[in-house]
Amino acid sequence: MEQFVQQVINGVSLGAIYALIALGYTMVYGILRLINFAHGDVYMVGAFAGYYCFHWFYGGANYGLAGLLAALAFAMAVCGLLGYVIERFAYSRLRKAARLNALITAIGISLLLENLGQLIFGADPKDFPAFVERTTITVGIVTISNIQLIVLITTVVLTLGLQYIVHRTKMGTAMRAVSFSHDAAGLMGINIGRVISFTFVLGSMLAAAAGILVGLYNPKIEPLMGIMPGLKAFVAAVLGGIGNIPGAILGGLIMGVAETFTVGYLSSTYRDAITFVILVAVLLFRPTGLLGTPQRTKF
Amino acid sequence: MWLGVYLVILLGIGQFLIPQMNPYHVQILIFIGINITLAVSLNLVLGMAGQFSIGHAGFMALGAYTSAALSHYVFEPAISSWMGSSVAYGIAQNAAFAASLLSGGLMAALAGLAVGIPTLRLRGDYLAIATLGMGEIIRVIILNTEFVGAARGFTDIPRWTSFTWVFFVTGVCVLLVRNLIGSASGRALVAVREDEDAAAAMGIDTTYFKVLAFVIGAFFAGMAGGLQAHYIQYLHTNSFTFLRSIEIVVFVVLGGSGSITGSIVAATVLTILPEFLRVAQSWRMVIYSALLVVMMLTRPQGLMGGNEFKWRWFLRRKTA
Repeated sequence: MEQFVQQVINGVSLGAIYALIALGYTMVYGILRLINFAHGDVYMVGAFAGYYCFHWFYGGANYGLAGLLAALAFAMAVCGLLGYVIERFAYSRLRKAARLNALITAIGISLLLENLGQLIFGADPKDFPAFVERTTITVGIVTISNIQLIVLITTVVLTLGLQYIVHRTKMGTAMRAVSFSHDAAGLMGINIGRVISFTFVLGSMLAAAAGILVGLYNPKIEPLMGIMPGLKAFVAAVLGGIGNIPGAILGGLIMGVAETFTVGYLSSTYRDAITFVILVAVLLFRPTGLLGTPQRTKF
Repeated sequence: MWLGVYLVILLGIGQFLIPQMNPYHVQILIFIGINITLAVSLNLVLGMAGQFSIGHAGFMALGAYTSAALSHYVFEPAISSWMGSSVAYGIAQNAAFAASLLSGGLMAALAGLAVGIPTLRLRGDYLAIATLGMGEIIRVIILNTEFVGAARGFTDIPRWTSFTWVFFVTGVCVLLVRNLIGSASGRALVAVREDEDAAAAMGIDTTYFKVLAFVIGAFFAGMAGGLQAHYIQYLHTNSFTFLRSIEIVVFVVLGGSGSITGSIVAATVLTILPEFLRVAQSWRMVIYSALLVVMMLTRPQGLMGGNEFKWRWFLRRKTA
């Protein structure tokens, strides 16, 4: 029993990270109907931003939790900028183009980021700095590490922040309007380009946070680390209902738990396979996802 | 008649010209042929039927592994113990190879059927990710199958691929796709691509035709996989990841989706180019992906833009 609860905690921590990345996917899809394949690589850049922040700015010294927060802010700024640049130079021209073209461009940018990363950062895995010392806390039958706590708390805070932005600010209302209909929103005087850029920046910042958190969780980072988590987060977004923000969080958590359980109870070689099984199951039986509105026409 | 001419030319090149050539060049030619087959088969699904299939490498993998397993476990032992004349051995080897290749292709085609029927009711982005997922699932299943080497890879595949074989298969593929497109079925496919609902309203069984394109595409992908397996003599699932599927998509899109000539040209150029860029090897993928992005932004219809090569182009006279 205690192993079960332990697995749940591990799964939820992993799922929180997937949820953060999935939020970016789902927001961009909601606004642009584009699957931003490059999102996983933005997450990778976030992790590396944290790495370089530690080595360049801190000089290798450990500043504890404050240092972690500053690194987080730095990474979010870097990735926000990256997301803005990608959107501005690549995706903005493809808004009126065929879907396949946008998809392929996204894939191209993803490959570009991965290979540039390999060139610039070097293909060998680097050790992500441990901003805080690892300790574990045992509550009753379960053990939770402080890293997992940091992951969970950060995710909750960021998610609440996102909810606030989306539901309580003018920009958030604009985002929701644009995701409903570009033309109608434009007619209401909303600057569509600005809203889209904002969405990209927001999503990329969340991915950066995920990158830092994952660096704390699994200290080995390398330029190709974004591929699998990107795909898994994407499946999470689809599972929850793509375009749906709470859905992304739910999907992320389910994916994390499913993966942890598969590894724990089945076999670790099937760790990645479970992702695709879930994907295919969702697409065949409920393509609009768990929290999406059931539509019989699949545009 | 043209088919006969083609076969004679092919055999002539294969028997006389190829042995004279630098083996490195022959290798490139073989890879060009394999890539053309892959590109044209995907073009049928992607460019002509308009279905976003980005899991093609999965079918290639199935064909490769099936044919390799058959050759390695069944045929090779069977014919190596044959102490007949070398001519008979050659015939036996080629017959075995044909059988292996066909089985690989058929296995891939079956998978295409199994994958296609449930997923082809999806459209657009959803179909893309479903095929992506299917490709990966196939790969992971193979990865966990012991008797084809699992994570170690499959070694000791007999080297039965030759230029003649590759270009024969490529020729059949191109001919078949070209004839299909020119036929009523081909027009049905194009109708499905242009507007599926309108096509259905015209009485076209859209599911049938979509699955048809998918299965034929998968068949040739499997054949290409088999050819590759029997040339490189080693198989590992790492060669059949999503990245490989994307490479094939790039061939199709860069050449112009819907254009057979485009796929052929793009596959050829993109197979040869890395060889020239060997000096910039580490930059190769960066250039590749940057090229892809730039292409999509500036000329998304690809090189040929959906047109085919026409002899007529050379006969155009300037009007007064």
